[in-house]
Amino acid sequence: MLPRLRDLSLRYKIPLRGSLLVLVTAAAVTLSLMFREYDQLRDDLIASSASMGRVLAKTLVTPLVHDDVWRAFEIINSPFHASGHELAPQTAEIVTVLDSRGMVYVSTQPTQYPILADPMRTNRDFSELQHAIDHYREFEPTVVEPLRSDKLYVVAPIVSDGVQLGSLVIGYSKSAFAPRFYAIAKRAGVVTLFVIAVLLPASWYWGQRFARPLMNLARSMEQVSTRIPAEAEVRVEESRDEMGQVGAAYKAMLQELREKELLKREIVVSERLAAVGRLSAGIAHEINNPLGGMLNAINTFKHHGSDDPVTVKTLSLLERGLLQIRDTVAALLVEARIESHPLTRQDIEDTRTLVLADANGKSVRFEWENDVVGALQIPSTLVRQILINLMLNAVDAAGANGVASGHVYHDSRDLHIVVANNGTHIPPERMEYLFEPFSSHRAGGHGLGLWVTYQVIRQLSGDVAVASEPDHTSFHVTLPLETQPA
Amino acid sequence: MRRRKFLLLSMAALALRANAQDAAVRFGLTPVFLDDHAGLLKAWRAYLESRLGRPVQFVQRGTYREISDMLRRDKLDFAWICGYPFVRWRRWLRLLAVPLYRGQPLYRAYLIVPATDTTTRSILDLRGKVFAFSDPDSNSGYLYANYRLAQADERPAGFFSKSFFTWAHRKVVEAVAAVLAQGGSVDGYVWDTLEKFSPELTSRTRVADRSPEFGFPPLVARASVTHAEFDAMSRVLLGMASDGEGQDLLNRLNLDGFTPGSDGLFEDIDRMMRAVDRSDAAAPA
Repeated sequence: MLPRLRDLSLRYKIPLRGSLLVLVTAAAVTLSLMFREYDQLRDDLIASSASMGRVLAKTLVTPLVHDDVWRAFEIINSPFHASGHELAPQTAEIVTVLDSRGMVYVSTQPTQYPILADPMRTNRDFSELQHAIDHYREFEPTVVEPLRSDKLYVVAPIVSDGVQLGSLVIGYSKSAFAPRFYAIAKRAGVVTLFVIAVLLPASWYWGQRFARPLMNLARSMEQVSTRIPAEAEVRVEESRDEMGQVGAAYKAMLQELREKELLKREIVVSERLAAVGRLSAGIAHEINNPLGGMLNAINTFKHHGSDDPVTVKTLSLLERGLLQIRDTVAALLVEARIESHPLTRQDIEDTRTLVLADANGKSVRFEWENDVVGALQIPSTLVRQILINLMLNAVDAAGANGVASGHVYHDSRDLHIVVANNGTHIPPERMEYLFEPFSSHRAGGHGLGLWVTYQVIRQLSGDVAVASEPDHTSFHVTLPLETQPA
Repeated sequence: MRRRKFLLLSMAALALRANAQDAAVRFGLTPVFLDDHAGLLKAWRAYLESRLGRPVQFVQRGTYREISDMLRRDKLDFAWICGYPFVRWRRWLRLLAVPLYRGQPLYRAYLIVPATDTTTRSILDLRGKVFAFSDPDSNSGYLYANYRLAQADERPAGFFSKSFFTWAHRKVVEAVAAVLAQGGSVDGYVWDTLEKFSPELTSRTRVADRSPEFGFPPLVARASVTHAEFDAMSRVLLGMASDGEGQDLLNRLNLDGFTPGSDGLFEDIDRMMRAVDRSDAAAPA
C-alpha cells in the first residue's frame, strides 16, 4: 500500500507540490494561449470569408441574372480550385447559392444540395441561416453559428441594383480548424515540456533546499528524547527568516535543557551529600557516646589499675585505637557551634603562614593575594578551616615545582575564596563524587578533607564551584557575609 | 539597267511576301473538340503556318454562335464548327473538310448520367431532373436531345426541372460527374477522347444512350474565301494524315484524318433541325 500523501516526507512533498504548481501553471498558460489562438483563427476565418463572400456575391450577380447555372457553379468552385487538392484550414467546406425563395440554386456539393432542393431537408442549420438571410443589415455578409452544429457559416446576399437575387452561403467545418489548432497545440506542448524540463528540476532543487533544514530539525528533535544533542551536532539554518527563527528557538531550547540537566545533576549530588552528611553525623554521635565512656574507663583503670605490663600494654593499645576512632569521628562531625570572632585580615594571613611552610617543604611556588580589609561578619575559625584545607590540597596536587595560589576577596554581599593549582586535573567521572567522604585516591589522605570543607561551606550557607582542566584546577568558594552561622 | 530591274522585282516580291504574311489566316475554333488544350493548339497552328507559308490565327469564343456570326460577317476565314450551325447557316459557308473519326466522317451524341445512376436508358427517363446541355447551337449537345424530346412531344423547359448550358462538351461531362446535373447531352467523340486522356473524369459518368451516327462537326470556310486560300487550306488538312508531323497532331486530336466530305453527311441534322423548329413553333409561347 502506498503511504498516504500527507504522511510523505517534506523532502518529497515540497518538490511534489512545486511540480504540481509548475504543471498547473504550464497547463493554464498553454490552454489560455490555445484558446486565444482559437479565437484568432476564428476571427481570421470570419474576416477572410466575409471578404470572399462579398467578392463571390458580386461575381454571382451576372450568372444569376442570366440563369447561368454552370457559370455560377464554376464561380463558387473557384476558391476550392485555387487552394489545390489539399484543403487548407480556411477553405470552405461548402459553398451554396440559394435563390430568392431560399431554394438551392447551385452548390459545390450537388449530391447533398441538388438544384432546386430545399436545403433545410439536408441540413437543419439552414433554418437559422434563412433567419439571417431574412434580416440582412445593409446587405452585408453575416456570420451564423447555429447551435448544436459543427459548422460556421458566412451568409452574403447577392444583390443587383438593390434587389436581392439570392444568397451565398459559405460553410466552414469547425473541425477544419483542427489540424491548425493541433499544430498550435503541439507547438505549445513542446514549449510547455521545455519549460517543465527547466522548472521541474529547479523546483525539486528548491524544494529539497527548503525541506533540508526542517528535516535536520526533525531528526535532531527525535534524538532529544534519548539524549540532548551537543551544540556542534545541531545544524540549523542561520538566517533571519522563520526557518532561522525556529532554528534559533530550538537551539535556545536545547541550551535550556542542557542547563536544566546540569542543575538536576547538581541537585542530585548535593542531596546525596546532604544524606551522607546526616548519616555520618548520626553514626558519629552514636559512636561518640560509648567512645567517651570507654576512654574514661581506660583512664580510670590506668590510675587505679594493676601494674601488670601485659594489661598496661593492652590498655594502651586499646586507648590509641579508641583515640584514632575519636579523631576520625570528630572529623566526620563538623562542629558548627564553635564560638568564633569575626574574620580579620590577620586571620587569613595566618593561614598563609601555615601553608607556606608546607609549600616550601614540597618545592611548590605559592602565590597569594589577600584583599580583605577590616573585620567581616563571618566566623573566622570556619573560614580558616576551609582555607587551610583547600590550600593544603592545592599544594599537594601541584606537586614538586608546581604552582598553587590562593586569592581571598569580598564584595558587599559575599566573601570569595579562590584556590587553584596547576597539577594533575580531576577527571570528569570523579567530579560527581568529589566531596563525598573517603573518595580521595590520594595516598596519605583519609579522604575527609574535602568532605569536611563541603560541610563547613554548607553550614555557612555558601557554595563551591570546581573547574578542572589539564594544568588548571580551581575551587571557588562563595560565602554570604550577612548570614550568621546557625 | 538589268541590274536595277532585277532589284525592283525582288523588292516587289519581298513586299508581296510581307503583305501575305501580314494577312494571317483567321481560323475559328469551337468546343466541338478539346479546344482547351493550349499545347495542342500551338503545335497545330505552327504546323498549319509552316504548311501554308502564312501566319495562322486561331480565334476562340465562348459560344458556337459567336464563331458562326463572325464567319457570316467575314471576320473569319475558316472555322471548325458543329453540323447544326453548318446546316442552319449553309448559304454563308463552304464545306472545307470533315474529320475522320474511327475511319468515318461520323460521330454520335451520347446521353450521359452520373455513374451512380444505373437505371437510366433514355433521355425520357430523366423527367423532372436537372439536365446539362453543352451549347444551344450544338447538334450532339442540344439539338439531338431536343429532337428526342420533341418526338415524345416534350420540350426541355417542361420536361426537366431545370436545364442549363455549360458552353462546352467537356464541362457537360464535369457537371454530370459532379452530379450537378442528373443527365447531359454530349459529343460522343469528345467523351471518347476524354475517356482516353482523362479517364478519372469519364469514369464518374455512364453513357446511358447513344444516338445514330451523324456527320462529324465539319471544318468550313466563309463563302467569300478565295479559291486559292480554300485550296491551300484544304490541301494542308487533307494531307495531314500522310506526313509524320500531321499524323502526330491527328493522334493528339484523336482523329484519323480529314476528308472533303459532302452535304449529304448532314442531312439527318438538317431533318432534326426542322422537326425541332416545328415543334418549338407549335409550342405555346
